[in-house]
Amino acid sequence: MQAECVYEKIDRKLMTKPFLFFLLVLLASTVVIAIRFAKGLGFVSNMSDGYPWGIWITYDVVVGTAFGCGGYALAILIYILNKREFTPLIRSALLTSALGYSLAGFSVVVDLGRYWNMYGLLLPTRWNLSSVLLEVALCIMAYTLVLWVEFLPTFAERFGIDVKKLEKVTMVAVILGLILPTMHQSSLGSLHLISTVKLSPLWHSSFLPLLFLVSVVLMGYGMTAVESLLSSYSFKRPYETHLLKKLSPYMIYLGFGWLILRFLDLIFFEKMKYLFSDSFLSVMFFLEVFLFLVPSVLFWSDRQNLTPRRIFIYSFLYVLGGTLYRFNVYLVAWSPGDNWVYFPSFMETLITLGIVSLEVLIYLVIVKKFPVLPATQGVK
Amino acid sequence: MKEGKNVETRRDFLKKLFTGAASVAAVTTFPSLSLAKTKYYYPPDYWYGMLYDSTKCIGCKSCVVACKKANNLPPELDEYRIYDEATDLTASTKTIIKVYRSEKGDVSSFVKRQCMHCVDPACVSACPVSAMNKDEKTGIVYWRGDRCIGCRYCMIACPFEVPKFEWGKAFPKIVKCDLCLSSYLPKNGITACADVCPAGAIIFGYRNELLEEAKTRIKRNPDKYLPHVYGEKEGGGTGVLYLTSKAVSFRNLGFPAIPDESPAAYSESIHHGIYRTLAPPFLTVGALYFLLKRNNKE
Repeated sequence: MQAECVYEKIDRKLMTKPFLFFLLVLLASTVVIAIRFAKGLGFVSNMSDGYPWGIWITYDVVVGTAFGCGGYALAILIYILNKREFTPLIRSALLTSALGYSLAGFSVVVDLGRYWNMYGLLLPTRWNLSSVLLEVALCIMAYTLVLWVEFLPTFAERFGIDVKKLEKVTMVAVILGLILPTMHQSSLGSLHLISTVKLSPLWHSSFLPLLFLVSVVLMGYGMTAVESLLSSYSFKRPYETHLLKKLSPYMIYLGFGWLILRFLDLIFFEKMKYLFSDSFLSVMFFLEVFLFLVPSVLFWSDRQNLTPRRIFIYSFLYVLGGTLYRFNVYLVAWSPGDNWVYFPSFMETLITLGIVSLEVLIYLVIVKKFPVLPATQGVK
Repeated sequence: MKEGKNVETRRDFLKKLFTGAASVAAVTTFPSLSLAKTKYYYPPDYWYGMLYDSTKCIGCKSCVVACKKANNLPPELDEYRIYDEATDLTASTKTIIKVYRSEKGDVSSFVKRQCMHCVDPACVSACPVSAMNKDEKTGIVYWRGDRCIGCRYCMIACPFEVPKFEWGKAFPKIVKCDLCLSSYLPKNGITACADVCPAGAIIFGYRNELLEEAKTRIKRNPDKYLPHVYGEKEGGGTGVLYLTSKAVSFRNLGFPAIPDESPAAYSESIHHGIYRTLAPPFLTVGALYFLLKRNNKE
């Protein structure tokens, strides 16, 4: 299904200075991961009985998989709205998605206290069908597999296997790739429906699944633009500005759409009164709203003269907005009581940095060894 | 001409299909708005519970000691390593006596905390692998170590901050009160804490009978008690019920203001609602498959 576009590998040296830096971070975090398994979660992390979920869940899983929704967001455009012109962007977006999801899965293994019982998630006899987390876990596992299948043509092309043979398989993968993220990305919001007492009313809402879903598609486009510009910049390739410009209207719709939903919820459920009730949470709320509002307004007003720099900044603001929204729901506005505090420890943060580094490393290896990025016009 | 017509119908078809798919998506993800139902339950007569009367408690902490002994829990030593000095529920303290002051600060009151054994427990609803269970015969909420994966979603979900985790261990457990189901109860027919209490502040028995008892006490001593049984309706009702004096409100005893609808019921009504509307999800799969095939024939 991707044969209509030509891709190329970036023929460049692998061992660069940044590569070595990320390798070093990865090594350091491997040591900390070993300590975590030897001594227990409390030894490396600041998580507590009050805050049983820290940045590993919030950043690596919830935000990490949201970063990895570029593939999903583009698939909506390409396969549902039939906007084939975005096809050149799909491979690198799929790669980021596959990596984001795989490493989210890996950090869950680090985070699970009783990882040796993990196989139980695959035993239907143990399934608790009322558990939102079960749905999230199964969907994420399935989708990670789907992402790699969707990415298969890239490997196949490299090894000279006929891509056409894979089309039937990838077709099914594409469909699952549209359904599974819709399910689990909204359910990542549903996970906190049960926090009726602990999540601030400014965030706790029956709209949680919808707000998570809308913002994840927005983050997907934002991340696609950021990643495309970043790799063009660092590999000194021409910017894909013409395509990214076409993404901006969708981001504007989603940005304003999300804001409307956010305030509809506050108005409909009479929660406007909480807007200024807590100075810190109020600041976080407005920061979150601004991170959705500002890029939407700027994308709109600059629509005639969008430069790569502007697209990068505005898309990045959206990604930040979605990230802050997720942090607010999972950590900032979620409170077990005044006697508990949480801030990630150094070692805990190092594990997260190590996982991000691993993601960057694998990305670099694959784009340099396999045809992922669209061929530049001068070459082909 | 013929070709043009074909394109036209295909477009029309796609438009229809897309609007269909979009409205399905909108309905499925749009949460149901009629959720303001008040739900609390009258559990079966044979479900156990406890009644804690804070006006009777003398704060001797015998219950804390008896619980540790019955359930084989280590002490949390003070700086001289002599006394057990737990100040809150932890992975080695399944029940605790706390002291609170009234709003004015003139009256203090003890309160015993342990698992509330909710009628519709959030932890049981949350657990992905059925490691948290509500025993159908006794109504006791208990944990199964052979299933638990240590995801700690039960701790997130519990509005009473009950399940605790062994953070300092390489092979940790989730720890919470199980009304002595696996220790003292089978042999003695009563929980260790209720058995040992010298002040009669903790009574073990059938939850519905204890609720009647609590209401009778309020009726008999309307000047003494706050006319409210905490746990009758809170969070869908709890197995452990509380009485407090007029001077100290339940808020001041450290209990959350929790709506009558259980967090589990709230979460499930929206989450399951989404999928009930989506039913069958395969329909969507089919529609998308068809759409892709169409799109791909270009």
